[in-house]
Amino acid sequence: MMENKTTNILIVGVGGQGVLLASELLSETAMQAGFDVKKSEVHGMSQRGGVVTSHIKYARKVYSPIIPYGQTDILISFEQAEALRAVDWLKKEGLAVVSRTRLVPPIATGKKFHYPDDPVADLKKRFGRVIDIDADAIARELGDSRLVNTLLLGVVSKSLEFELSLWETVIRSLVKAKFVDINLKAFARGRELSGNGKK
Amino acid sequence: MRRLLSGNEAVARGAYEARVRLAAGYPGTPSTEILETVAKEHRSIYSQWSPNEKVAFEVGIGASLGGGRALVTMKHVGLNVAADPFMTFAYTGVNAGFVVISADDPEMHSSQNEQDNRFFAKFAQIPFLEPSDSQESKDFTIKAFELSEKFDTPVMLRMTTRISHSKGIVEEGEPVTLPESGFKRDMQKYVMIPSNAKKRHVVVTERLEKLKRFSEETDLNVIENNGSSIGIITGGIAYQYAKDVIPEADYFKIGFGFPLPIEKIRKFVATHKTNLIIEELEPYYEEQLRAAGINVDGKKYFSRLGELSPYRVAQGLKEAGVIEDVRGAEIPPEELFPRPPILCPGCPHRGAFMALKKLGVAVTGDIGCYTLSVLPPLEMMDTCICMGASIGNAIGMEKVRGHKRGVVAVIGDSTFLHSGITGLLDAVYNKSNVTVIILDNRVTAMTGGQQHPATGHTLMGEKTREVNFVELAKALGVESVREVDPYDYDGLLKVIKEEIERPGPSVVITNRACVLMPKRIMDKPYVVISEECNGCSACFRIGCPAIMPSKELTKHNQPKAIIDPVLCTGCSLCAQVCQPEAIVLAPEPAGVK
Repeated sequence: MMENKTTNILIVGVGGQGVLLASELLSETAMQAGFDVKKSEVHGMSQRGGVVTSHIKYARKVYSPIIPYGQTDILISFEQAEALRAVDWLKKEGLAVVSRTRLVPPIATGKKFHYPDDPVADLKKRFGRVIDIDADAIARELGDSRLVNTLLLGVVSKSLEFELSLWETVIRSLVKAKFVDINLKAFARGRELSGNGKK
Repeated sequence: MRRLLSGNEAVARGAYEARVRLAAGYPGTPSTEILETVAKEHRSIYSQWSPNEKVAFEVGIGASLGGGRALVTMKHVGLNVAADPFMTFAYTGVNAGFVVISADDPEMHSSQNEQDNRFFAKFAQIPFLEPSDSQESKDFTIKAFELSEKFDTPVMLRMTTRISHSKGIVEEGEPVTLPESGFKRDMQKYVMIPSNAKKRHVVVTERLEKLKRFSEETDLNVIENNGSSIGIITGGIAYQYAKDVIPEADYFKIGFGFPLPIEKIRKFVATHKTNLIIEELEPYYEEQLRAAGINVDGKKYFSRLGELSPYRVAQGLKEAGVIEDVRGAEIPPEELFPRPPILCPGCPHRGAFMALKKLGVAVTGDIGCYTLSVLPPLEMMDTCICMGASIGNAIGMEKVRGHKRGVVAVIGDSTFLHSGITGLLDAVYNKSNVTVIILDNRVTAMTGGQQHPATGHTLMGEKTREVNFVELAKALGVESVREVDPYDYDGLLKVIKEEIERPGPSVVITNRACVLMPKRIMDKPYVVISEECNGCSACFRIGCPAIMPSKELTKHNQPKAIIDPVLCTGCSLCAQVCQPEAIVLAPEPAGVK
């Protein structure tokens, strides 16, 4: 019943933003849905405000834990310029879900390097399916800036084949008990937002 | 039960199922999570962080000889530290099983070199196993203990970053049943005075012959026959990349990597028209196969630098004429500003490097978070070689350059305890005029906040004695030992300056805890009063991620500064360097929990 088509999802952001929890929730959901799953990320120095990327692949059978260039079906970016950094991995017809968060590192405050003026606009020039949302502001409205995680996953969940109830089960099992309700709320809000920006 | 586990978590699970009694190590990316998982999930195993890898290895030897299976974990460069007991333990052999993890870091995601430790196993003439995913990480750990006891040898399990930190599905099993074993006195075997060691070297050589026969038979080395004329010899993560790119080829997948199954590979090669070796980093298989007269290409097509990837494997296969297309788009890399890792907002190390920059001295550095001070905008570290090297480097530099030109060694608390103590002892003994700054942030911060002998807690969460750095430095013979608050910029500057000018070795200890540990410390954030900011950029130059350029410009077209209230910890260093006094405490906590 399951064909061996691989779904590749790339999550990018900056150290400390919560990329790793989002990828944890997603890969756990894929496993519980019956797929073989692999997930790859790099820890260590990159946690200190550097670039963080997490590759997630699921299929009937997965070999390499790394997504090849140009093969990402869905890109989730926690920071707008980081989405631009990841474009080599995205399929032309892939979907990009981008938080409009803008984090300018100290290195880009000097003369040599510049933070792009409007990364989301650049991205839209190159890819048809870009959903950009002000995830930080919405998360704060919902009560906690750390909800960006589940909010973005909610947006993406509409484009994936997993049942809503499975997502909810995984969120309940992996998120700390006292944050479960608020995360489910953020996830539901994300699902509402998934309509914006599509062709 | 099926669970998604990282390679490291799977090794920990394997240790549990193999009924390991003791696990020891020193934190080092990418190996750290193995012991963290053991301490968290597998409490039947006694686990501990040791001050360094050599000690951890020796603790593991003691456990093995005492009759309990022992797991010792470290990163690739950690094995250099433990090399002394490692090489000799290969001679004595084990009592209960002993497995050492070498977690190598191809691509140097968090390391100072990318040495290929497969050569280390060959050097010591002990077997190594190399898993290619999480399931194998668990299975091979268990297998490694069996082989250790069967062949009376320490066994290396060689991990790499991509295996350690990738997650895959693991089928969990039940712990094995082991016969009781205890310590058996055997001086001829365990006391390596030359007369005994000579006899043991003979045993090592004989053992190697047995291992060669085993390697030819074991199912750890797998042939996958798909009826192809292309034969790929590979192992570890490279196997997975190759399977993605060319699934239809025949495979010789090496899981037992020393000694190699030369004859089995010879036969495999003979039955294929085209054969290629795909291995990450050094031509380890290739050299041995060529030495055995099997002329197969490998590094001709696959770089010995950095990590492989599906793309790089595809490129190599295309060059070799095995595939026609490199699947995956070839897009020129995007020209984007770099985002290097950086000292955290409120990091207590920042003040020390601001002061050193002001003083313009040479700074010998070490391994830890503070190594990030080499990057812009601080750019205040001149050497970084290995754990503990900063003090020795400073001693040598001062001897040839002279005291007046100023040399300061910087070293973290965990690194100082790892291998800085002996360096400081050298400075005292050999009358060096160096200043050593111990950047004490109360935790092994770089690897995610592990305990060490000065934190007051063990890995398993028990309270313990804390090392007192002031008393320790004095006991080593340092006459001038001073503690300073790194958030007091002027005070810190004054103390460092005085200590540099003072003849003889001196130690300055900075005394603020890591902002991330034990949990994020939040104070009132600072804000920029926009009307007062003159765009001088002094605050940008301290390299704090919480300070960013605003879109608002001064009349000279300079961007004014803004501070992200969520990131700012209230350390106040930016306010201390702001001449127009435009940076002040926020009137009330904004968005801070």
